[in-house]
Amino acid sequence: MAGTPTDVANPDRRNFIVLSTMAIAGIGVASGGVALVRTMTPTRDVAGGGVIEVSLEGIAEGSGIVATAGRKKYSVRRRTAAEIEAAVAGDSEKLRHQETDAERVQRPEWLVLRLQCPHLGCPPQGTAAGEKRGEFGGFFCPCHNSQFDTSGRIRKGPSPANLPVPKYFFASDEMIVIGKEA
Amino acid sequence: MAGSRSPFKNPLLKGFDERLPILRAVHHSMTAHAYPKNLNYWWNFGSIAGIMLVVMIVTGLFLAMHYKPSVQEDQYGINQAFRSVEHIMRDVKGGMFLRYMHAVGASFFFIAVIFHMFRGLYYGSYKAPREVLWILGCVILILMMGIAFLGYSLVWGVMSFAAAEVITQVFTAIPILGDDILILLRGGEDVDDALLNRFFALHFLLPFVLAGVVILHILTLQTVGSNNPLGIDLKSKKDTVSFHPYYTFKDIFGLSVFFTLYLAVVAWAPERLAEAINNQPTDYNLPSHIVPEWYLLPFYAILKVFTWDLNIFGLVITGKQLGALAMAGSLGILFLLPWLDTSPVRSGRFRPVFKFFFWGFVVCCLILALVGAQTSGEAFFIPTPLGRIPLGFEGANGFVWGSTQQWGVLFTGYYFAYFLVLLPVLGLFEKPKQLPASISEPVLA
Repeated sequence: MAGTPTDVANPDRRNFIVLSTMAIAGIGVASGGVALVRTMTPTRDVAGGGVIEVSLEGIAEGSGIVATAGRKKYSVRRRTAAEIEAAVAGDSEKLRHQETDAERVQRPEWLVLRLQCPHLGCPPQGTAAGEKRGEFGGFFCPCHNSQFDTSGRIRKGPSPANLPVPKYFFASDEMIVIGKEA
Repeated sequence: MAGSRSPFKNPLLKGFDERLPILRAVHHSMTAHAYPKNLNYWWNFGSIAGIMLVVMIVTGLFLAMHYKPSVQEDQYGINQAFRSVEHIMRDVKGGMFLRYMHAVGASFFFIAVIFHMFRGLYYGSYKAPREVLWILGCVILILMMGIAFLGYSLVWGVMSFAAAEVITQVFTAIPILGDDILILLRGGEDVDDALLNRFFALHFLLPFVLAGVVILHILTLQTVGSNNPLGIDLKSKKDTVSFHPYYTFKDIFGLSVFFTLYLAVVAWAPERLAEAINNQPTDYNLPSHIVPEWYLLPFYAILKVFTWDLNIFGLVITGKQLGALAMAGSLGILFLLPWLDTSPVRSGRFRPVFKFFFWGFVVCCLILALVGAQTSGEAFFIPTPLGRIPLGFEGANGFVWGSTQQWGVLFTGYYFAYFLVLLPVLGLFEKPKQLPASISEPVLA
């Protein structure tokens, strides 16, 4: 290092002082960095949320509704007997993300999903009757062609995982609460 | 500093320069005979890009005096950020011009940088001793892409939201930590107020970081010297001219032509390069057809064409991860270019086989841009003013032959093969043409 005296009486002692000063300064910079990154984490007012009560009355078989809570979208779809059968039949297929239909629903008639494609976050279509549902009759993501079956499982396209099932419970036969457990 | 004695006669200038020798550095770099005398018009784009950076920082500063990064909605359901952009467009004096200068300016900044980079690719400007110069340029490109994305999000229109949503989602491809990184980036689970505020802060800061890298880029250039269309080293003073007046005037001419086009678009077609749907405030629904700004299209194409998983002895890399890796790799590979090209000849003029593959690479980037703009599963086509040229069709069973995705995979392959196969192999087998002995020789002969 330029300017460092070469005739120090005890060079080990000098090195010790230099290294320990640098170490302490390093710890200071690192802890300051941690504090700064911490300011970027979610604040209490935006954490949580996304809870919504959804009435099941008036949802026809084979159709469904999209419920929005904050910025989150949920699909509540009432499946037909044929759709349930197709979903259960899918259990024995080789799936990219292996889950049985029973693991994904609380009551076979009702399929509740977070409408966010695990690929890049677009909301898949297919909740309401008449929307494009893809080759497997479930859901279709228009952004990059991911196709989901009637259990919301990925069957074709780029999504690496099934459509996520949110926390939910049946408050009554006519009402579910999405976003938290009972 | 170059030139140990102050070149100035004026006592005030001389006195200042002797205390802070910055003036002599500028004077020396302008008047020293250090620039090859055969630089053609492709060499204009460096200084044009530099001027565009200044235009962007200046217009951006004045836009920031009116912009409000807030998602809070008024009684019409229009968020503050979008409202403030409309306020700039409608109420601020000269505001529409200011905003279009900035928005169209981003496109023209990229145009200048793209020409600048392809010039470097053709004439071998990345080869020794200019590796660091090239790498700093790649850092500039990546910073520009980031800054452009951040700025696009600030409008908080329909496509702004889609961009913020989709691009931050790419980080969830990172194993284990991905979801936490996403929340840290967004300041919450969703794309919302916290994200908009930090995007604004970063969009203001990063251009100055960019300017710092540009200064390093120019200092490196002055150390290693300009490449030239022949790609040979400077032999004598006969090969060179000073920057001023020769290249100052050549650059001013090129800049005038460039600015004529730029201002023509600002004046008459400011929305031509933009997505019309972004003139609506976001309702937090994603549009079904999401496209980035044109200059990001090739990279977006590389991100989205991977739809299958890769299984390496049980280690599964998902299509999403492959896409994210490929996109990062398509930029990362540029950093290795100086060592991937094995040919000792710099200029493409003397490399007959390279020339062919170089233009193939240009076509490859254009095709990838179209892939980025079109829908993955549908038949691919080339749009022309006279109509579409179809490059795919739907078969009898609904299978699409020549879909956007298939073409995308093909040309993603070419993109990587250009760097990883063609450039390393060509240097070993290609027989280059005879190089001239010096720059002045073919001129004087």
